[in-house]
Amino acid sequence: MNEKINYWKIFKNGLFSENPVFRLALSLCPAVAVTSGVKNGFLMGVAVLFVQTMSNITVSIIRNFIHPRVRIPSYIFIIATWVTVTDLLMAAYARDVYKDMGLYIQLIVAFAIILSRLESFASKKNVLPSGVDGLGMGVGFLLALVLIGFVRELLGKGALWGYQFTPSKPLLIMILPTGGFFVMGLLMGLFNWIDRRFFGGKTTAEVHMEGHKHGSH
Amino acid sequence: MLEDIATIFIASALINNFVFQRYLGLCIFFGVTKRMETAVGMSITFTSVMVISAALSWLIYKNVMIPLNLGFLKIVIFIGIVSGFVQAADTIMKKVTPGLYYKLGIYLALIVTNCIILAVPLINASEKYDLLQSLTLGLGSGAGFSLALIIMASIRERLELADVPKSFEGLPISFVLTGLIALAFLGFSGMIPL
Repeated sequence: MNEKINYWKIFKNGLFSENPVFRLALSLCPAVAVTSGVKNGFLMGVAVLFVQTMSNITVSIIRNFIHPRVRIPSYIFIIATWVTVTDLLMAAYARDVYKDMGLYIQLIVAFAIILSRLESFASKKNVLPSGVDGLGMGVGFLLALVLIGFVRELLGKGALWGYQFTPSKPLLIMILPTGGFFVMGLLMGLFNWIDRRFFGGKTTAEVHMEGHKHGSH
Repeated sequence: MLEDIATIFIASALINNFVFQRYLGLCIFFGVTKRMETAVGMSITFTSVMVISAALSWLIYKNVMIPLNLGFLKIVIFIGIVSGFVQAADTIMKKVTPGLYYKLGIYLALIVTNCIILAVPLINASEKYDLLQSLTLGLGSGAGFSLALIIMASIRERLELADVPKSFEGLPISFVLTGLIALAFLGFSGMIPL
């Protein structure tokens, strides 16, 4: 491939305009499930970042050996392998958070976002752009989780990263399941508002529809 | 014994409801609840797939993976079992009951890589449930998921007529709604002393 590839553009794509959580509205389950604190959100984000980047690279390397008809099962097994690696690493080195998050780490394997990036990007491009795309998507996901975790932990516990800096608990509801849905809905609305007001963009619903057209679920 | 089964059923259907407490299957939850008819079709398909895959994966976990010490490969093996089974069901239904296939078959394709289906075998494995308990967990989770889909579909049919701020149309307002339902479901947590 001789054409010049704009790596920064690929990277930035995952950060804002195709942010997996707020814009594409894919893989929402963990976004609300583990984000009762900044730390959990961060670790989950790192796990997804790792799996996405490594699967992108793997698929990109062996893409010429996969028959198109069996590509989806092959992708799933590649993802499952990297998820197992992450799962075992987390179980060994981050025991305290693993107790709460173990199930969700294992369920990374079923993330629509990872499969759809493999299908729409990594199966067509070289190793380097694929890796960068994985990094961009992963960092976009990470930032979204940290943002939700930040709001919920700050309002729910009056703490950040487990560090208590105010004795009061302003809105206890925020660390309950309900709060996760509220914060998610409000942030998504805010992102839509910013996008419509300043960039003349579309609403989440419209982006979501397009995402469905060229992504698998 | 019976009490134990009842506890698992109620806990998985209401208290640890997959959507409202464990936050699983949200993509499907927001995707199919625009119309009542699709929500009902989806609930039937999901519940049956969950029960059968719970049984299948229990058999393989107990008889193959534990004796061979393959517990650490459970993610890879379970996703293989589930997607293999769904693929088989798809083919068999198309041949045997074409009428049913055209009603429910489209949902089968969505199920293959869905977290909620995979969660049942994983929870069963980590809780070390026996066969009856695994089946109950599958059935209870399916019932809870169906309940969530039907509640949400009935509300969203009315939401179409409501005047929502432009930026909140679609998903954002649905999230806030789900939060409110989750708050109501929190009331169930006092039902069983854990």
